[in-house]
Amino acid sequence: MSSTLLDPTGEVQAAQRTWLDRPQTLEGLTIGILDISKVKGDIFLDQIDELLQQQGLKTKRYIKPTFTRPAPLELKQKIVRECDVVIEGLAD
Amino acid sequence: MDWPDGIIAVVKQDCPTCVLVEPVLQQLAGGDMPLIVYVQDGASFPTDVTQVCDDSSLEYSFHLSIETVPTLIKIESGREVERVIGWVKDEWCELVGDDTLGKALPAFRPGCGSLSVAPGMTEKLELRYGNISFSSRRIDIAELEDDSEACFDRGWSDGLPVVAPTEERVYRMLRGCSRDSTEVLGHMPPDLVSCTVEKVAINAVLAGCKPEYFPVVLATVEAALDPAFGLHGLLATTFFSGPMVIVNGPIRESIGMNWKGNALGQGNRANATIGRALQLIVRNVGGGRPGGVDQATLGNPGKYTFCFAEDESTPWTTLAEQRGFSRDQSAVTVISADGVQPFVDQISREPEGLVRSMAASLRVVNNIKSAGAPDAIFVVSPEHGRVFDLAGWSKEKTIAALQLELQIPGEELVRGAGGIPPGMPDSVKGKTLGKFRPEGLRLVRAGGNAGLFSAIIPGWPAIGEMGCDPVTKEVLL
Repeated sequence: MSSTLLDPTGEVQAAQRTWLDRPQTLEGLTIGILDISKVKGDIFLDQIDELLQQQGLKTKRYIKPTFTRPAPLELKQKIVRECDVVIEGLAD
Repeated sequence: MDWPDGIIAVVKQDCPTCVLVEPVLQQLAGGDMPLIVYVQDGASFPTDVTQVCDDSSLEYSFHLSIETVPTLIKIESGREVERVIGWVKDEWCELVGDDTLGKALPAFRPGCGSLSVAPGMTEKLELRYGNISFSSRRIDIAELEDDSEACFDRGWSDGLPVVAPTEERVYRMLRGCSRDSTEVLGHMPPDLVSCTVEKVAINAVLAGCKPEYFPVVLATVEAALDPAFGLHGLLATTFFSGPMVIVNGPIRESIGMNWKGNALGQGNRANATIGRALQLIVRNVGGGRPGGVDQATLGNPGKYTFCFAEDESTPWTTLAEQRGFSRDQSAVTVISADGVQPFVDQISREPEGLVRSMAASLRVVNNIKSAGAPDAIFVVSPEHGRVFDLAGWSKEKTIAALQLELQIPGEELVRGAGGIPPGMPDSVKGKTLGKFRPEGLRLVRAGGNAGLFSAIIPGWPAIGEMGCDPVTKEVLL
């Protein structure tokens, strides 16, 4: 006999999400650099920042209070307001 | 349901009292008052009665709330006005208005249980004929598909077999609490999905919980969803940790939890399935799965399940008492936990020496050079606990003595000290650092009577506002 089960999942298997359009060039854009507070992330991002600035590009730095929690909503909104693209350092 | 005016009798042939009253039913069938006889186990009984209705589906018995057969009911203007349960001659005569009924029969015979209230049948009938609805998606399993394999195939399992969440099982689980199935307990990370009582019930079925464990599972989920617990980071971390559940209060005994021998091990259904339910909810409702958001380097076996009860028969205050609850309240505490590190001391018989011995073993949590990072639980066994109890040492005094022993000179912690490369910066030289934050060392009592062994259970190094704090919630029935 067939049986009926109830779905234990969150039922939110999202439809495929598409990438945002990639910019053709970084020129004239504001590049956010987000440090998630992982150990040595700042060393890596300092070098990225320096390389971008050498190319005459505009960067802005941000830092999450802790890597253990999602970024506060205010920080996410601030980055959205102030930047066109974001680079995030994810690992130690 | 609309009922025709007259008399309704509900019987089953398998009931000796129903067989006894067969001549009475025949007499009623020949009378003036309209009669319907619902028969639960085949319509060939009673004989010589034309107004017999087959109720082998038990639909009418369910709607009439029959618990015993025979039951005689009088209907006037479509409503029940009188009911007699079993054979009570006087009452049958009065209900029908005929004192000649069953003259040859004894005055009283009790009835038998109605098939509609047989074990497991109530839930089936409520689902079939009652007003029960679920919000969750229904998934039909094909005839040739094995239920257990179907759950594996859909990714609902932690790697061990799960109990298929049929509607009946989920309904029974929901009846284990008095809460509305649509109530939202919070948003389950990482997908931040609304976690309803119903979703918790489905996963409690998967985990193998009994309905009487369900209030503990609900309190556990509520505790884990408290922002202070930081569940998102805990489930995502590369570190070993996962949530551990400690249960206090009368519910421990009511549902048969284990705080004695092998309390941290296998073999007790409540311990095993309550902890497992939480992990399955993280996996299924929140979407936190190994290799996905769960990026653990090694994990630990406690991520299948890690739940035990505290031994409350000792002079020490319990974990729940320390956290503001009374002994007659049942409470659940969730704490981040890695594996178990054994502590062995078969010599110390005085608390001062035992504390030094325990402290030295705690020094190596994570790394002998780490200070101020992880919290830890010390599960103190009865034989070690007795050393403190006999000397009149309270839990609070013992923790204070341990913390004192765990103040470490910075010189021992700096990088390179002892020929060990990791460590603190040179700036800590001349200072004293605590191995644990002031509230970061917790003692609980559990274990079997034999064995001078206790257990150190360290937690996730991310603590406090930057990570994970223990959370305690009351178990509400």
